[in-house]
Amino acid sequence: MTGFDLRRSLRWGLIAGAVMVFTCAVGLFEAFEDRLLVYPFLSLGHVLLLWFLPLAGYQATNEPVLEGMEAPSKGLRNVAAGLVAGLAGGILMGVFTAVVDAFDVRDVFVRLSVRLVDLLTHGWGVPGGLVVIVAVPALLGMAGGMLHLVSASVRRRLILALEWALVVALLEQVFSQVLRQIRLGAVGDLIFTRRALEWWAALAVAALVAFLSERTRGGIGRIRGYLFAADAVRRTRNSIWSALAVLAFLIVLPQLLGSLLSELLANVGLFLLMGLGLNIVVGLAGMLDLGYVAFFAVGAYTVGVLTSPISPRFDLEWSWWAALPVAILLSVVAGVLVGTPVIRMRGDYLAIVTLGFGEIVRILFLSDWLAPTFGGAQGVRNVPGIPVGVAEIRGSQPVGVLYFAFGLVLVAAWVSWALQESRLGRAWTAIREDETVAAAMGINVVRAKLNAFIVGAILAGLGGALFAAKVGSIFPSSFELLVSIIVLVVVIVGGMGNIPGVAVGAVLLIGVLGGPTQPGLLAEFAEFKLLIYGALLVFMMLRKPEGLLPSVRRSRELRGEELSQDAWLDGPGGSDEVGARPVEG
Amino acid sequence: MLEIGGLHKSFGGVHALAGVDLRVDEGEIVSVIGPNGAGKTSFFNVVTGLYLPDGGDIMFEGRSIVGLEPSAITEAGIARTFQNVRLFLNMTVLENVMVAQHCRTRAGAFRAVLRTPFLRTEEAEIEARAKEILSFFGTRLVGYRFDQPALSLSYANRRRLEIARAMATRPKLLLLDEPVAGMNPRETAELTGLIRKLRDERGFTVVVIEHDMRVVRDVSDRVIVLDHGVKIAEGSYDDVSSNEAVVEAYLGRPAEAG
Repeated sequence: MTGFDLRRSLRWGLIAGAVMVFTCAVGLFEAFEDRLLVYPFLSLGHVLLLWFLPLAGYQATNEPVLEGMEAPSKGLRNVAAGLVAGLAGGILMGVFTAVVDAFDVRDVFVRLSVRLVDLLTHGWGVPGGLVVIVAVPALLGMAGGMLHLVSASVRRRLILALEWALVVALLEQVFSQVLRQIRLGAVGDLIFTRRALEWWAALAVAALVAFLSERTRGGIGRIRGYLFAADAVRRTRNSIWSALAVLAFLIVLPQLLGSLLSELLANVGLFLLMGLGLNIVVGLAGMLDLGYVAFFAVGAYTVGVLTSPISPRFDLEWSWWAALPVAILLSVVAGVLVGTPVIRMRGDYLAIVTLGFGEIVRILFLSDWLAPTFGGAQGVRNVPGIPVGVAEIRGSQPVGVLYFAFGLVLVAAWVSWALQESRLGRAWTAIREDETVAAAMGINVVRAKLNAFIVGAILAGLGGALFAAKVGSIFPSSFELLVSIIVLVVVIVGGMGNIPGVAVGAVLLIGVLGGPTQPGLLAEFAEFKLLIYGALLVFMMLRKPEGLLPSVRRSRELRGEELSQDAWLDGPGGSDEVGARPVEG
Repeated sequence: MLEIGGLHKSFGGVHALAGVDLRVDEGEIVSVIGPNGAGKTSFFNVVTGLYLPDGGDIMFEGRSIVGLEPSAITEAGIARTFQNVRLFLNMTVLENVMVAQHCRTRAGAFRAVLRTPFLRTEEAEIEARAKEILSFFGTRLVGYRFDQPALSLSYANRRRLEIARAMATRPKLLLLDEPVAGMNPRETAELTGLIRKLRDERGFTVVVIEHDMRVVRDVSDRVIVLDHGVKIAEGSYDDVSSNEAVVEAYLGRPAEAG
């Protein structure tokens, strides 16, 4: 068997070509073309432009190996298929470049500029530069095809090494910051040049990862065995120890990070708090609430109005701690007010109505009618920080905010866990599974759902109270629909119904990409944040709908028996091997 | 215990129940039989509050339960199983039985968050009771089965678990909708014995919808036959099985000529 599936190769090649065209058309390539990752030759723009080609080249001959059938032999055919895929992508890209060069389409596609053509052709103009545009993808496709020729373990190490070298380069900020903080700033200066990893350092990282990967593989299994020990007593003890370890890590962490990174993590904490609340509503009770930001706004405005010295109507100047119970109480009231009418609706209807309520709350805060109390578009300013002993926690000292946010997150995590493992938590799960039967089994569905709504509202209100003290001024524009959606995406991407999953989602999305108005680690992507959010959501829905770190029940629900049936298809060369693996693994 | 008078329920033009009167006394096992579409399951759905009747009255222990929420009717003491087994498939076997004790337990959100001693004792009781109920079915649903998801169970075990779940609501009246459908003869015989035990040992009053006539014969104190939403016969199994109207409902009227 020496031939290969031409159509398959062409299909993958054209997909890669489409990815390249899209990257150019949205401006990703041009924006990051001068952000070097590996000094002096590899830029982020090029990585974004070309990353799909080796994958396409690999996929071109990545057939499932069926049991009882002879596996197709490896050899030239894999390389040829990869080359064809790469060529197809390159030619599509070449045609695209030629078209952009020949016709001026900038009125519609603003990013398709003269400069883009220049960059793509390395300044050689259209006929000459096209050679590069076709040749580079073809070579990369071929390289992808060649991955079939090495053994699975070598392939895994190669890919992991490449991923890590890129991650280290991309997160230069974190690494040099941490190195500085532990008095190894000199090392940082040595391996990073102009925010990019030196080529030899990149090689060293790759080599290190390739070397270590074999050792850590067993390690992860051991950790898993440790955490999920069969014996219940040992499991409890082990999980207490690991919780203490995480806690110790959280206490030390802010010391390692500078104030900038602490600020990012404080935002993660804020969104994690809300994510845990929404997780109860969506993940446990199964109600799709798109107006979650309303409770966040109620908490923030309550604290703002009660504590600010220049509060538009009141002149109370309460301390944050005195305002907190009021904020929580009003969140409960808001939860009951919004919850009571909508709770009997199911699924999509509930989502639409809550979405409406979320907007109503924002518009009320913006309205002239309530402006004497809430300041309308001017909002409430000069909200003081949180007094703790002699110190005061406020936005200008992110480390303090970070500790405080961690504390609140721990409380929220405890509440989520305790409710989940209780009579109420079981009732929520039953309602999500089959509402009619749950009612027939004696569960008061309306009351149980309202409880979930209220608990979610309290956690969001708590988040709002923290937000008000952290930011110091609150405006209606901080409470857009986008906040609800981003919190929802955090929960979905992380793993609905699972507390560690929500944490992973918050770190990955809010920490790395950034929140709706908060910058993330990759602040340079700010312009493309929503695009990436959307792409990530689509990818997750297609490939991992249960989230990165799913709850056992949830993955059962979404995969069911299908998992056990397809297990034999996932050979060592399974298609997930090269797929975009999350950084957190 | 259960007294029903003139019960009506129609869907569009179809009269699922067209004036049914019946009573069930405490400690009885009553079978409800009838051809497909006779209104048997609609009868259960109306009694348990899933459907609102168009007319008639349902008295349970001297109190009208028409218009109550399904959960309130369960709390009053009526539990049921479903014809097309409807378990909480992604919950474990034990959780299925634990969750059904909801209306007999108290601890709310505050106690759960504070993990009060009350909650701990109650949780332990819920679990112990769930295990005890599951042991009613011998060794089939115990031990390693406790922590398996319900979807991993065989069909017969799913039916058993559904009965266990209904028992966990601590009902006085148990409505079983075709409990042996899809079971093989041996499993059927076993479950027939269990239905009697439900009454004799556990003290439930039982109403069974069943198509398997051997089961009906073996368990029932009384048989009620429905057809086209009307009660056409009532009495002991022997009376009913020789009743002309019943034979006609099942087999049709013999042709006049030929």
